Amino acid sequence: MPYLSPDETTAILLSLKIALVATLASLPMAIAIAWLLARRQFPGKALLNVLVHLPLVMPPVVTGYLLLIGFGRRGPFGEALEACCGVVLSFRWTGAALAAAVMSFPLTVRAIRLSLEAVDRKLEDAAATLGAAPVFVFLTVTLPLALPGVLAGAVIGFAKALGEFGATITFVSNIPGETQTIASAIYTATQTPGADATTLRLTLIAIVIAAGALALSEYFARRVTGGADRT
Amino acid sequence: MSLDISVRSTLGDFTLEASARLDGPLSVLVGPSGSGKSTLLNVIAGLTRPRTGKVTFGDDVWFDSERDLFVKPHLRRIGYVFQEGRLLPHLSVRSNLTYSSWFRRSTGPGPRLEEIVDLLGIGHLLDRSPRNLSGGERQRCALARALLATPSLLLMDEPLAALDETRREEVLPYIENVRDRYRIPIVYVTHSSEEAERLGDEIVTMKRGRIEKVERRVRG
Repeated sequence: MPYLSPDETTAILLSLKIALVATLASLPMAIAIAWLLARRQFPGKALLNVLVHLPLVMPPVVTGYLLLIGFGRRGPFGEALEACCGVVLSFRWTGAALAAAVMSFPLTVRAIRLSLEAVDRKLEDAAATLGAAPVFVFLTVTLPLALPGVLAGAVIGFAKALGEFGATITFVSNIPGETQTIASAIYTATQTPGADATTLRLTLIAIVIAAGALALSEYFARRVTGGADRT
Repeated sequence: MSLDISVRSTLGDFTLEASARLDGPLSVLVGPSGSGKSTLLNVIAGLTRPRTGKVTFGDDVWFDSERDLFVKPHLRRIGYVFQEGRLLPHLSVRSNLTYSSWFRRSTGPGPRLEEIVDLLGIGHLLDRSPRNLSGGERQRCALARALLATPSLLLMDEPLAALDETRREEVLPYIENVRDRYRIPIVYVTHSSEEAERLGDEIVTMKRGRIEKVERRVRG
């Protein structure tokens, strides 16, 4: 990329890596929680729903701060993770991935939940009469029929993770090469005299990536039918 | 077949209160719409769990509220043909037909795929998607799929209701074929007295959630 400085390229590649890891690692849990919210009645369901959606409405700096006191090196989860698996999150790209995952989680869960609710449960009944136990009904009927919505959720989550700024910079700071994403690189550039060109280039790239992801997500979302168009 | 049912269930302001012993081999449930025919069929299948009562099929107890026993539908070894077919739209017709073989071991020499496909005349449809089938084709595939699940009891919920007169005449002989050839007991729901007359060994009349009478007859 001839028009990008090495720092800019690093920030872009790092952003992609962080967003990809955040999306893929959180997807199974997003599917599980979306399924619980779409299909099950249980005590505490309203609370779970609120918890999932909190990062969407809280100031991102609050989410970042909570991650810092929970998953920082002295935080209860951070200490446990380091002791058991040698994983350190604070001021590392893995921490940026965690922040991005938490921030994009509500969007992903919402899209998947809607597509699970659209699945025709009569088809699940039919599968049960053919001998499929509930877990296989889910894997062979529910999930395939909800797949466009799952993909739409993953893509919109990926886009959100790419753009995450507030929680990330609070939790893992803004270290070039380790935690400096496109968003925090733009922030740094705006604070640096004479870096207007960098700001503009990165901004354009951020817009293109976001618009592309939105379009892709819409494309998948339009294909959510839940099998209702069967003949 | 001996299917003993004695159940009570309330859904909104509808109450199903049904007691009967069905001896088959082909029992037809008739009655006006809303009389509880389909609900009763779902109770037999295990798709609906009644409030109280007991359902036994031969030596198997499928539901007994006193013992808090409820066998889930996938363990009941039934075949179910739904009114709207319910072929899985994301699978080919062939995969729909073999779907049950992923989960259910055959109990001995059951009907083979080729045989059923021949019997129902659906060989040319195997690689199609269920989305592109006519109503009659779809119902024949649904019947084949239910048979290939090697059921010990076949449930059919108005399998011809969604079809026009011509298509009905197209599918009906296949159902008679299945009845005469495989001797699987069948519980058949219909609101057509013509179908009841033509198919049934036993006619069970339902009204407002109750079984009014069970009538044995010699097939005409």
